[in-house]
Amino acid sequence: MSSRRSRSRQSGGSRITDDQINDLVSKLQQLLPEIRDRRSDKASAANVLQETCNYIRNLHREVDDLSERLSELLATTDTAQAAIIRSLLMQ
Amino acid sequence: MTPKGVTLNTNSHKIKFARRFIRTLLKMRKNAPSSSSIEEIRKRSQRIKIAAYSSMAHAVGSRRAWSRAILFKLRNRARHHGMMRRRSMKKRVIKNDPPGDQSQTNKLRQLVPGGKAMDMCSLLEETAHYISCLSTQVKVMQTIADHLSK
Repeated sequence: MSSRRSRSRQSGGSRITDDQINDLVSKLQQLLPEIRDRRSDKASAANVLQETCNYIRNLHREVDDLSERLSELLATTDTAQAAIIRSLLMQ
Repeated sequence: MTPKGVTLNTNSHKIKFARRFIRTLLKMRKNAPSSSSIEEIRKRSQRIKIAAYSSMAHAVGSRRAWSRAILFKLRNRARHHGMMRRRSMKKRVIKNDPPGDQSQTNKLRQLVPGGKAMDMCSLLEETAHYISCLSTQVKVMQTIADHLSK
């Protein structure tokens, strides 16, 4: 059932070319603070993928830490502070 | 700066995410006992974490494979415990990765929700989108935490 949901993959027999991959890799590189400003020829695809993995792991860790922090903060939050978060909604 | 081809639209995701996430936080606060034990705080931080990922997946909707994967997992949460871990994926793995990048690509597949079932192109596209949403998620959570600790 789940296989049906995966979008028609490369229907029409179009093969993925190296150019397409390289293009996507360099787009990915733009999103990585570590190697964003490096020249694209300096960062190999493997390098970009590695940095991507590191970056995602860092972000996951930050979500873990922030969840913990928010949980602690919620324990001490009073109604006035609750109003502050509510006001953030309006931003 | 936004790479074309990757439709980011992060601002609307940001607002939708913040709305959902804050609503959940407020609900948790209302139901929280006045004094929280360490155990309660730990359990709640787990719930907050799930709420964060789920709010972002809902904000993005089902157009993206990675958010679909999260939403799908959330829907089956009752059956699969430990839902945020990607252990029990039985989907077929598509191997058309460029040689040499094998191990890095596999690592990436573990990190991007639904990544195991993607071909190389989708994996890269979804990763780019996932990263930008994830960093938005972190920024919003950071903002809320900063406001609360004032």
